[in-house]
Amino acid sequence: MFEFKTKTKQLAIALTVVGVILWVVGFALNGSSSHDAGHGHDTHAEESHEAYPGEAHAAMIESTYNDDANAEHDAHHEESHEAHSGEPHAAHSEHDAHAEHTAHQIANRPWSAIYVAAIFFLGLGLGQLFFLGIQYVAQAGWSAGILRLMEAQSFAIVIPLIVIAIIAFLGFGHVHHMFHWMVEGIHIKGHENYDALIAGKRAFLNPIFFTIRILIYIVGWVWAAKLLRKYSLLSDAGDGAAMWKKNRGIAAAFTVFYAVTSSTSAWDLIMSIDTHWFSTLFGWYTFAGMFVSSFAALILLTLYMKGQGHMEWINENHLHDLGKFMFAFSVFWTYLWFSQFVLIWYANIPEEVTYYMQRFEQYKVPFFTMLSLNFILPVLAVLSRPAKRVSGTVVMAAIFVLVGHYMDHYVMIMPGTVGDHFGFGLLEIGPILFFTGLYIYVVLSSVAKAPLKHKNHPMLTESNNFHQ
Amino acid sequence: MGHTKHNTIVRALFNDDDVVLDAVKDLRSSGYHVSEVYSPFPIHGLDEAMGLDRTRLSTAAFFYGLAGLFFASWLTYYTMTADWPQNIGGKPNAYWFLNMPSFVPVMFELTVFFAAHLMCWSYFAVNKLYPGAKAQNPDPRTTDDHFLMEVELEGEETDLTKKLQELGALEISKVEA
Repeated sequence: MFEFKTKTKQLAIALTVVGVILWVVGFALNGSSSHDAGHGHDTHAEESHEAYPGEAHAAMIESTYNDDANAEHDAHHEESHEAHSGEPHAAHSEHDAHAEHTAHQIANRPWSAIYVAAIFFLGLGLGQLFFLGIQYVAQAGWSAGILRLMEAQSFAIVIPLIVIAIIAFLGFGHVHHMFHWMVEGIHIKGHENYDALIAGKRAFLNPIFFTIRILIYIVGWVWAAKLLRKYSLLSDAGDGAAMWKKNRGIAAAFTVFYAVTSSTSAWDLIMSIDTHWFSTLFGWYTFAGMFVSSFAALILLTLYMKGQGHMEWINENHLHDLGKFMFAFSVFWTYLWFSQFVLIWYANIPEEVTYYMQRFEQYKVPFFTMLSLNFILPVLAVLSRPAKRVSGTVVMAAIFVLVGHYMDHYVMIMPGTVGDHFGFGLLEIGPILFFTGLYIYVVLSSVAKAPLKHKNHPMLTESNNFHQ
Repeated sequence: MGHTKHNTIVRALFNDDDVVLDAVKDLRSSGYHVSEVYSPFPIHGLDEAMGLDRTRLSTAAFFYGLAGLFFASWLTYYTMTADWPQNIGGKPNAYWFLNMPSFVPVMFELTVFFAAHLMCWSYFAVNKLYPGAKAQNPDPRTTDDHFLMEVELEGEETDLTKKLQELGALEISKVEA
């Protein structure tokens, strides 16, 4: 039985506290520097902002087709700006609108920074909750010895979920402007903020339905994690096979529930930030990212437990399988990333392609760094069989994947909320430390609550003798 | 996988894969060299028990895949950019790299194609399998429900025969190799 030592506990709490302090300091500094938003006036003209398909399209043609047409570039820009000011959007004078918009983007940064970290850490738990369900549905035997770690990880979804819900609901109070569709009067014809495209999505993106959906996710996921844990603990005392059967039913129901909610939650929590944009496979793309990063976390947790002298029944064969899953799903993630990208790039439809243009132009470094961290490096690190059986290479790949998927979520969320006012400082590091501390605390304390191994799991022998 | 040493081979026939696996382990631990096992299906763990080297086919596959990737890059470069620049959907055709995303499916497929086909042929070549090749298994029953083991004879023949019988061999024969 694992003991959550006081020292580790203190470390986890210290991380959380330091994280909060860093964020608060960052918040104060961010607020004080936001009045020099003057520089934003000049840079804003360069910004290819989501809502201006014409401008974006022109820029796309230039940037990809003729690199040395910079002279034309400006001409195009002026032109599309003129066109744009004629639209109902510019009820304010254009200058004021830009200044306000820039101020909003700067003010969004602290919230977006928490949000990115919250989504990332939600993925670490949610992926393992789904994987835990899969173990029962697929009647997997090899994993019986590490189910307790997956159960512990599933509980880690609670805190990120609460934080996400709070931030999302703060949007209704206009504390921040991360979600463009939450702007007042955006769906009311004739209102100064009216946006026909967003008004058309009102049936789905309205405060009441949104709130209901968020609550459904929280209740459904947390409930599934609790039930799976409950019967797993009961099986230690009683009939392992009967409890396994119960869990199998729960897992089957949860898998169906998650199949739907993994997509809808990705639309709600992430895709709705870029409200005008849409992608049909965004849900799977987000899911794949969450799933692969949760394997990285599970590998690190398993190896930590082994390093502490526990779980002697887990050997390089189990590690090999976990490594295979991480490898496979980082390739799967890349496949979905590319499938989403290449169709949009090829079709070059303005309302779709603006999403990638902004990322190519403003987020070039994080965008390409995360692609190589999430695909090329893990593939090269754990492609061969021996590499998946040694903890060194697997840990290295797991760290690539974790860093890469933080950046992936960063690149998904930041462009739509802060535009080009992004950075990586106290505001971003704070939430990462905060959630890391809480994650360690929640996971290790629930690992410590129960024996590390099921007593009566029907497929325990298979897991113990697992080899390949 | 043949053996080149000129010595006497003892063949033992079994009818259960678990028995064969245990017999191989037993014989090797008592110093015999099991040169070959014929089986109608792969026996999990047998390669390890026989002390065979790990296959290098996977390393070869990596380089075959790489070759496919380079071939596809060259193919798309030559046909789409260099020889006769193709303008499809207004995509840039002056540089291969600018239009690279649309070639990714080709690059992926040819990587898989090269890896799979060359791996398959390598496997055939290494195992001397080709059209018209003569069957190498000494007993046709090993393609049905029997397992045949070849052990190099060392020491007294009767010792080995006795041991094999104890280990569950159904038939034992001797050949000069």
